[in-house]
Amino acid sequence: MIGLEVLYAIAGTMFAVIAALSAFDHGNAKRWKNAAFWGLFAACFLFGSHLPDLANGGIVIAMVLVAGFGGLGQGKADTTSIEQRRESAAVHRNRLFLCALIIPAVALAGTMIFKTLTFGGLHPVDPKQATLVSLVLGIILSLAVAMPMLRARPAEPLQEGRRLFDQVGWALLLPQMLAALGAVFAAAGVGEAVGALTTAWLPDGSRLAAVVTYTLGMALFTMIMGNAFAAFPVMTAGVGLPLIVLKFGGDPAIMCAIGMLSGFCGTLMTPMAANFNLVPAALLELKDKNGVIKAQVPTALILLFANTVLMYVLLFVFRF
Amino acid sequence: MLTLLGIAVVVVGFVARINPLLVVIAAALVTGLAGGMGPLEVVALFGKAFKENRYVSLLWLVLPAIGLLERYGLQERAKALIGDLKAATTGRILLLYFAIRQITSALGLTSLGGHPQMVRPLVAPMAEAAAETHGHTDDETRQKVRAMSAATDNIGLFFGEDIFIAIGSILLMVGFLQQNGIVVEPLHLSVWAIPTAIVALIVHGIRLVLFDRKLKRGAAK
Repeated sequence: MIGLEVLYAIAGTMFAVIAALSAFDHGNAKRWKNAAFWGLFAACFLFGSHLPDLANGGIVIAMVLVAGFGGLGQGKADTTSIEQRRESAAVHRNRLFLCALIIPAVALAGTMIFKTLTFGGLHPVDPKQATLVSLVLGIILSLAVAMPMLRARPAEPLQEGRRLFDQVGWALLLPQMLAALGAVFAAAGVGEAVGALTTAWLPDGSRLAAVVTYTLGMALFTMIMGNAFAAFPVMTAGVGLPLIVLKFGGDPAIMCAIGMLSGFCGTLMTPMAANFNLVPAALLELKDKNGVIKAQVPTALILLFANTVLMYVLLFVFRF
Repeated sequence: MLTLLGIAVVVVGFVARINPLLVVIAAALVTGLAGGMGPLEVVALFGKAFKENRYVSLLWLVLPAIGLLERYGLQERAKALIGDLKAATTGRILLLYFAIRQITSALGLTSLGGHPQMVRPLVAPMAEAAAETHGHTDDETRQKVRAMSAATDNIGLFFGEDIFIAIGSILLMVGFLQQNGIVVEPLHLSVWAIPTAIVALIVHGIRLVLFDRKLKRGAAK
């Protein structure tokens, strides 16, 4: 069965090659740091499942130390000039889009097919990982179509990939790091502490105060954790269920649905939500790392206000 | 209450502009120690969670394919296509992408968009090309257009996906309520995401129209 382990092996191999290419890049003054960073990431993908937890922790800390102090370097990109790209675009025209769109198209079709596909009662693809497997399949198919069409040399996708990896740099690691931080927070009981604190602060008696505390709390705690999923159980167990549902008799489904969306408003406003805010800023080569956040803040604030109003109105109209 | 020190570390770290990777590791150590764990225990717990969340980083496998297409002019082709269309303004392109992104996310097709595979190679270059066609070639505008392209993808995704019944956040809510003795159908949660989705469509839609106006005024100067 094709599942996560196969994908990890593919990713590990790719990062190992990126590490090797970085080591040979004499145009990068920090080439050994880059090589060490990607090499450690490759090791985590290739051997992570078989290593003891402490060793995996050691790998992460080594990566953080390599990238955290002094930072990674930018490689000298062996790529085409703008003029060459314009000429190539004029030659290949919309076939370029076709190659790009193969990726989401296969990801989509595969997700639907692999969830139900069985041979003699066995799933060839782990149905829980259908989307990720299909995404990787889409990437491979896209390369399989594009490389002969463009007459690309085999090293080209890897060199171009390294160019983009250098551009994104350490930000690439942050989402996975934050997921791990969430696990430490959960184990140490941060959720319970926040719940106790908010309940202690909350003036009792007012429905409006309870709703506002819940929606604002979701947004603020999401901003700190970088993830609405981490804030949701904390705020809902601490404020939502005891006050809005049990004390005031609000509908739990409406509360949860709009509460989570209030958390998403927080996601739009925080650098901690690295994969939505910092990584695109790096990918789009923005000078201001917080440029994406700044573009989002007006929408996020209006929606947070709207969510609070919607929750207050709907909760007590449609109570169960 | 001591465990909350970790949150303080995160806030202070970001305000002081220390490298976020260092901030996260420091916050994990402080939180773990305050929660009564030993230092090695924290490192092991962090390592285990990091390993288990590797799937988060699998999306990066897309970069070699996107990089190759960029090498052969994908962005330039996207720009050329838009450059020919006088009616295509930055705001209208982003509005179209926003509506498609929100609707497809609501149908569970969240992998149809995203920053590495759609925004960088296609959406941002198209939005930029439209700005250039209408006379905005300055770097400041380019930066704003790119930031707005990324923002549009995020907002469309966030306020569309919760309408789909089998998305992670809906499943999390169902599971959480179940643990607390409340049985709720996923559909019952997803319908209440619709009012916010409509507000989001209107609010961000208006902002994109205003963004166009602002660009137009800028060109008149």
